[in-house]
Amino acid sequence: MKKLRTEVAVVGGGPAGLSAAAEAARAGAKVLLIDENKRLGGQLVKQIHKFFGSEAHHAGVRGYQIARRLLRDVEDAGVTVASNALAYGLFPEKELGVVWDGKHCQVSAERIVLAAGAKENYLAFPGSTLPGVMGAGAAQTMANINRVLPGRRIVMLGSGNVGLIVSYQLMQAGADVVAVVEGADHIGGYGVHAAKLRRAGVPFYLSHTVKRASGDGALARVEIVQVGKNWQSIPGTELTLEADTLCLAAGLNPMTELAWMAGCAFLYLPAFGGHVPAHDAKMETTVPGVYVAGDITGVEEASTAMEEGRMAGLSAAESLGYGAGAALDAERAAIQRRLDDLRAGERGAIRRESKARQTAAAADQRQGGGAT
Amino acid sequence: MRITDHPILGPAEAGREITIFYNGAPVPAVEGEPIAAALMNAGVRSFRRTAKRDEPRGIFCAIGRCTDCMMIVNGKPNVRTCITGAADGMRVETQYGYGGRKEQA
Repeated sequence: MKKLRTEVAVVGGGPAGLSAAAEAARAGAKVLLIDENKRLGGQLVKQIHKFFGSEAHHAGVRGYQIARRLLRDVEDAGVTVASNALAYGLFPEKELGVVWDGKHCQVSAERIVLAAGAKENYLAFPGSTLPGVMGAGAAQTMANINRVLPGRRIVMLGSGNVGLIVSYQLMQAGADVVAVVEGADHIGGYGVHAAKLRRAGVPFYLSHTVKRASGDGALARVEIVQVGKNWQSIPGTELTLEADTLCLAAGLNPMTELAWMAGCAFLYLPAFGGHVPAHDAKMETTVPGVYVAGDITGVEEASTAMEEGRMAGLSAAESLGYGAGAALDAERAAIQRRLDDLRAGERGAIRRESKARQTAAAADQRQGGGAT
Repeated sequence: MRITDHPILGPAEAGREITIFYNGAPVPAVEGEPIAAALMNAGVRSFRRTAKRDEPRGIFCAIGRCTDCMMIVNGKPNVRTCITGAADGMRVETQYGYGGRKEQA
């Protein structure tokens, strides 16, 4: 069995992991970046819309172009990249079990940054397993990466940013979006994304959910129903839509398996998608030397993931003796300011509060005498 | 249906055109694309059938996580076709139950 040693091992090559790897390597650390896919970039590679925010967050640049920039940064910084490498376990003494190009290998690292991302939530209803019912991310992968249209008549369940963006992208790819169905009484995502669909005449069914999906061997019809105040369906309000594809955009949950294995303390934060590891402002968990960044710390956006990645990469490198003093402090303060900006305003209130609880939990845990 | 031209991404990259075999029938594919993409383009929706209720399953996650797209590829069962590249002459079969062919289900 192949054994590898590195100073910093980063698990996950999405926006958080790429940013962490580049920063740690730039600071002088020897970095190994591990990603299960053949192509790095995480979900950025299928984002064909322009990002917003400030210049620091690549405003006006499309997601897949941001991925290219981050990949160039990683190469320029001298990071060793292991793609097609699945990190399946994190064992004591910071040893990662990895299957790299089909062969088992053991990676020993002095510091570990976990940036595994998130996965889509599933919804169960009669017919939810029929071919043609799929994650919104699956439809996006098929259309934008594999360049194959997953269907011609689409119903989107969920009006968060994923639901809105994927709906529009499927239209750009040539499909009809028959309806966007949303359980809440308001659209979940940004107005600018919703407006594109509204202008194109896509009907929104608010306070509605899917009652059943049906078809002979594959999806042909989606029955939706209105829901009342307590999320109970209202009999007599059913409506049947003809569709060959039903996309589920019901949120994401953090992929925390490796953080659990490492023994990190966790807390439950619904706004972040479930159980998330406690971490301090430097992104270190309650297990010394194990850092987290991006959606694994709570589902937010790619912009947040990049900033958290930078923070984790700089901090991991610092703890190994790379970089110190006023310059590093100033850089971290700038990152923190940008993170605060991303969680500013009314929309960010719940995430601000959740992040505060997450860092407080890490502090409590340390005072209380280490990890559970 | 292939998205040959795209308003943002432009024309699709031209790859080598190959043929794979779905339950014995020839299906056009592009070398290296996921098997599932070639099948979806050909109109295939059901990829495998479940063990207990013999229900159809199709593409669900498309990133190798959910296992709904597992098929028998060149005789090997439980291959995730959404992340396995197509190669010329590949034999792809509907998988029944935990990895068998229909007669074994």
